Amino acid sequence: MSFINTLTNGKGWTLKADSLNQMQKLTLRFVVVGLVYYLFAVVEGMIMRVYEITPLPQVSESQFFAIMTAHPLVGIFGSTYSIVFGAFIFLVPFLMKKPLWSVKLGNWTMGLIAVGTFIFWFSGFVSHYSPLYTLYWPLPADFSQFSVWGGTFFILGIALVMVGTIFFVVNIFKTITYTPEGWEHQPSGELLKSALGLSGFKNLFRKEKKEHLVSLPVAAIARGSVDTLLNAGIITFTGVLILVYMVAALLGYNLKDSAVDALLYKNWFWWGLDLIADGLVLIFVAGTWYLLATLITGKKLFMENAARGALFIEMVVSWVVWSHHLMSDQAQPGILKILSGEMVTAFELITQGLAFFITLVTLWSARPLKMTHPLKFLLGGLLGFALAVPAGIMQADLGLNRILHNTQWIVGPHVHVAVLVGLTMTLYSAIYLLLPILTNGAKLYSDRLANFHFWSHLLGGIGMGAFMGMAGLRGMLRRTIYFNGEYNIYMVLAALSGMLLLFAFLAFLYNIVMTLGLKGLLGIFTPAKVEEEKEEMVPENA
Amino acid sequence: MVDSNTVLTGQTFAYTFYVLAIMALMGWFAYKVTRTEVTGREIKPVFFYSFVGLLVFLGVSLHIITHETIPWKKMDLDRAEIKADREYNISMGDHKFSLPEAKLTFRKNEKVRFNVTSNDLTYGFGLFRQDNSMVFQMQVLPGHVNDILWQFDRPGVYSIRSTEYSGPKGINMILRDVVEVTD
Repeated sequence: MSFINTLTNGKGWTLKADSLNQMQKLTLRFVVVGLVYYLFAVVEGMIMRVYEITPLPQVSESQFFAIMTAHPLVGIFGSTYSIVFGAFIFLVPFLMKKPLWSVKLGNWTMGLIAVGTFIFWFSGFVSHYSPLYTLYWPLPADFSQFSVWGGTFFILGIALVMVGTIFFVVNIFKTITYTPEGWEHQPSGELLKSALGLSGFKNLFRKEKKEHLVSLPVAAIARGSVDTLLNAGIITFTGVLILVYMVAALLGYNLKDSAVDALLYKNWFWWGLDLIADGLVLIFVAGTWYLLATLITGKKLFMENAARGALFIEMVVSWVVWSHHLMSDQAQPGILKILSGEMVTAFELITQGLAFFITLVTLWSARPLKMTHPLKFLLGGLLGFALAVPAGIMQADLGLNRILHNTQWIVGPHVHVAVLVGLTMTLYSAIYLLLPILTNGAKLYSDRLANFHFWSHLLGGIGMGAFMGMAGLRGMLRRTIYFNGEYNIYMVLAALSGMLLLFAFLAFLYNIVMTLGLKGLLGIFTPAKVEEEKEEMVPENA
Repeated sequence: MVDSNTVLTGQTFAYTFYVLAIMALMGWFAYKVTRTEVTGREIKPVFFYSFVGLLVFLGVSLHIITHETIPWKKMDLDRAEIKADREYNISMGDHKFSLPEAKLTFRKNEKVRFNVTSNDLTYGFGLFRQDNSMVFQMQVLPGHVNDILWQFDRPGVYSIRSTEYSGPKGINMILRDVVEVTD
């Protein structure tokens, strides 16, 4: 088959877009949106990597910080949320053998996240609105540095993403609990309790244990969705607060002296923001590991009840750890720093360590396994969190935080290794595993490219985190510009590692395009032609 | 008092050792899981509970060890009750530092308290050595007194730098060589 033919139709013309049902198309749309925004984030990341070696004359300082503001938000909301939400909107019906509550709402979620991300990215690009994702008060309302209109559109974009997020959570919980038309009545209350872990918690005190009504991965998705909802609430509330200042400024009023306590603000904002990093990400990832391990091995999960318990603890822990972000705030009460910042945060070592152990033992119990792409990416994801979580526990120590906070250590060995190696490789594992199911059996174009994707991503992610960490240990700050090449040896090596990440993604993208073909990819965005009754929308493999 | 560079060296060794160990473990696991057969001996729950115990031990012991070995940790928690030998009131505003003296000079082993306030934005306050490595930092929030107590165990010349992003204007918030610790 010629190159042009493969590019147009995909390998062996295996993806017939017309044969896909609404659910498959919806999930694939989410994945495409997520991958496009991942490319945005990688390119932005590379610009920043080069800028940290030598400031580029084409990029002003305010543009650089606008990129730094957009980069994590595009990465998390535009890319990760899209891929994760798409996967879960597919997996909950798939695992429960029950149709999605609303495909329409799913499409709205996808559209709102795609459009909202573009709006906040574009407003930052044009206006250089750059308070960073931390939004430390009163920086987001400092109109001596930032454009009011730029900020208004930035907040509007974030708000659209949050509305899409809330729609996702509603869809997930309704799917778990509703009774499809013509079905036998579903015990919605009991399903909800099981999904949230309340029935499992009661089981601890019962002589006769009740059976779990929802599977472990669905329980993980539900518990992570609780944190997703709480996070959306806090971000929306904060956005409205900032918007009040912006609208006032547009109407000619200056609210600069209005009382918003910077410490109180920082507490509530980090309480909500941390529900992503230390809540839904860890819970969703653990649930995905369990699902991948059972699908790869075909075996029951090792210590399944303990895994359920750990997910419940993780959800509760995620509500109480925010203070580790305020360890360098001297006005923050010491007791909060010790209890929430140090001690409760240390539980994440335990809950994530257990997920790591349970997944490895489940895989071990089914050996010999074939080293498939999903398995190798799963092992990469496990390694990523095994590296990043202890790094996080170290910086969440009162003594060490004094010399690590706001350095490249935080954002290198902890944040980027967790996100790029831990989270992203887990998502890649799921994508490689679900690709044939979502495309009715499309065959991957090249195993060699997938292997290159794995090694280049793994080495690039770990390398970048390591070199950033080395610079951080030597005092390099994470949110400033160095003009005299003070840390160039580390920044050059980090940029080379970043290049590996970029090449890895380009190889993956090329592989996917050649697998599905441009026709197949475009066909994902056309309405499904497969006429199905609602209850038949769950793929046959279910 | 132990210098922060000494603590960072210890951390570097500990974390590097851990990284190499966990990477070797994952490499070994990936090799074995594809090449060996199940022997029939199941992994018992006792391993699981032992692992839980190990994680609890590691999580808690890290903070106890640092409490006992990093001197500024205890001093920071008790700083309200500790009398400083010297005290400096520093204010920040409009992306500038305002120091009480052009150069802050004191002797080694003196306990020095820096009280820093912000008139507008959230900033950071950090001391850096001449090789750019960090001695310490704290956040500076408007509307609050932000204080840090520190004991310098050796002579040296240090720069002050804002360690928190306060908008693009904040990148030049550096006062070079304005702190001198004498013998």
